[in-house]
Amino acid sequence: MGKEKVYTNPVRCKGCGYCINACPQEAIKESGHVNAKGYNTVEVDAEKCVVCGMCYRVCPDYVFEIR
Amino acid sequence: MRLVAPETVTFTQSGFCPGCGHGLAVRLIAEVMEEMGLSEKLLAVVDVACGSLNIDSWRFDTVMAAHGRPVATAVGIKKVRPENPVLAYIGDGAAYSIGMAETMHTALRNDNVVTVVINNSLYGMTGGQCAPTSLPGQITTSTPRGKDPEKMGMPFRVEQAFTGFDIAYLARGTMADAKGMIQCKKYIKKAFEKHMKGEGFCLVELLSPCPTNLNMTPVKSMEHLKNEMEKYFPLGEFKDKKEEE
Amino acid sequence: MGKVLFKGNEALAEAALAAGCRFYSGYPITPQTEILEYLSWRMEDVGGVFIQAESELAGVNMVLGASAAGARALTTSAGPGFSLKQEGISYLVAADLPAVIVDVMRIGTGLGDIAQGQGDYWQLTRGGGHGDYHTLVLAPASVQENADLMVEAFDLAEKYRHPVLIASDAAIGQMIEAVEIPEFREHDIDKYDWSIKGCKKGCEQRKIQNVYYTHPDYENYLREKYDDMERDEQRYENIQVEDAELVLVAYGISSRVCRETVELAREEGLKLGLIRPITLWPFPVKAFEEAKNAKAFLTVEMNILGQMTDDVRLATGGKYPVDHFGSIFEIPESDGIIAKAKEMLKKEGV
Repeated sequence: MGKEKVYTNPVRCKGCGYCINACPQEAIKESGHVNAKGYNTVEVDAEKCVVCGMCYRVCPDYVFEIR
Repeated sequence: MRLVAPETVTFTQSGFCPGCGHGLAVRLIAEVMEEMGLSEKLLAVVDVACGSLNIDSWRFDTVMAAHGRPVATAVGIKKVRPENPVLAYIGDGAAYSIGMAETMHTALRNDNVVTVVINNSLYGMTGGQCAPTSLPGQITTSTPRGKDPEKMGMPFRVEQAFTGFDIAYLARGTMADAKGMIQCKKYIKKAFEKHMKGEGFCLVELLSPCPTNLNMTPVKSMEHLKNEMEKYFPLGEFKDKKEEE
Repeated sequence: MGKVLFKGNEALAEAALAAGCRFYSGYPITPQTEILEYLSWRMEDVGGVFIQAESELAGVNMVLGASAAGARALTTSAGPGFSLKQEGISYLVAADLPAVIVDVMRIGTGLGDIAQGQGDYWQLTRGGGHGDYHTLVLAPASVQENADLMVEAFDLAEKYRHPVLIASDAAIGQMIEAVEIPEFREHDIDKYDWSIKGCKKGCEQRKIQNVYYTHPDYENYLREKYDDMERDEQRYENIQVEDAELVLVAYGISSRVCRETVELAREEGLKLGLIRPITLWPFPVKAFEEAKNAKAFLTVEMNILGQMTDDVRLATGGKYPVDHFGSIFEIPESDGIIAKAKEMLKKEGV
């Protein structure tokens, strides 16, 4: 523990908001950016994130990686 | 804790709507295959509906079968290649309506295939019509005044119909939240473990969101799953042959 | 092996095994049930898979799976059951999958009845299911041909990656004749690159689906595939066609009668000949080139609408009168055919 981080891949995001809803730390919010497909993407506040993996688990589009 | 979607998941081809449950199910299956070392062996069959897009969403050898027939097609494959894990991936319309005979007789014969049923309580691909799993009062494009159980019956519950069969495994999970996802994955894994031991027919139903056809935001559709669908569709394991014995 | 007595349906089943078929799934319906019954024990003997499916739909879709997995797979039916096979046949065609499907024809529309008939010609030769396709259709006229054409059917199915239909009928299926079963062959389920077997890391995923989703030039691919079949796969038998003034056209059980009819007619000086299509699709247009002296053509079929007459008109360029001698309840007899032939020739001033 401690070493892992959350990486996001906004290209895959479809803006469903499941991750925002699932994050126990309220560390995920809309980024204000739109990706090439036209979806609002999300960003993770690294300060708040505890790397619990909830975002990875609820994301249907494989935006998150924890490594 | 390392969480990275398996290499068998393709990222560029996922044509599902925002918030669609298929993407979740694809990942769960791919994770289970990776953990069990079956990624290079799985032979999958998908139905023609939204789930057919899985053929481009994963890298397993896959057959796109006729609507409602993937379970029969999977039986054909398994008999020819008994060493390989064989999965039929279908929606509730395919499993419990047009393909009910195929699902039921495969259960009756206890044929050794894994069936994952995505239950989103409607027909997704055709635009959200009433399904055997639609809830009482549910507004769909073919029940614009709400589903009347007097006319169309109560939601079909597979555990009520199938636990009488001598099958290997029957379980229902929900993809409404992370906790449910973890449970769903356990069910899928258990099904494949039994399948690889040759125990017979395993069916795992996954309650799944269809925001597009429920006319809800993805987050609202997840709440609907939790607050409405789970009322009618109890979660858990209903048949676990070896444990019962 | 030498000749042994075999019932038509059972010869067909045994020949499928000889062709390397190790997968059968079907549903009982008269008059094809002996195929299912025979394979229910015989398939086990040769280490194959036999499934009595819950319906014809399940049966044909199991065959689709078996074929996708690389096996030589067979399903059989008759009449009403064969209609249900159409879903799977259309999907087999769409996905470029080989398979053999047998229709042991019985009479009638709807339920019809269990006696021999030839009323499925249109369904067999025009595609039958939804979409834009033909299947190769082989029409045996004897128990020996039931056996020989079964092997041929599997080879053609493999050659074109396409379902092949066998148009047998109740009479051929139920009769017993001496037959030489073709030599047994093994089929390797791993021989095709395209069949599903598990996708190794770094390898290309195999997708069995509608070919047009991925084919870069699907329209021309389709044209060429059917052109090749039409050009290369016409099969027929011509009997005394060259000098015939009237040529009978008949397949299956009707052709057996017509063979005798030609002899009887010639004994009384009436020059009849017989074209016996062995492939119903592609229709053997080439057979008609030999009919240089013909004034008219008469199809003899066990149906009332003369389903094959359209194909004969097309094969002869619409230049000759084409008529139809049909019956459904009884197998046509030579007397009637000869009388009809005389009547037609009289009209033509012969």
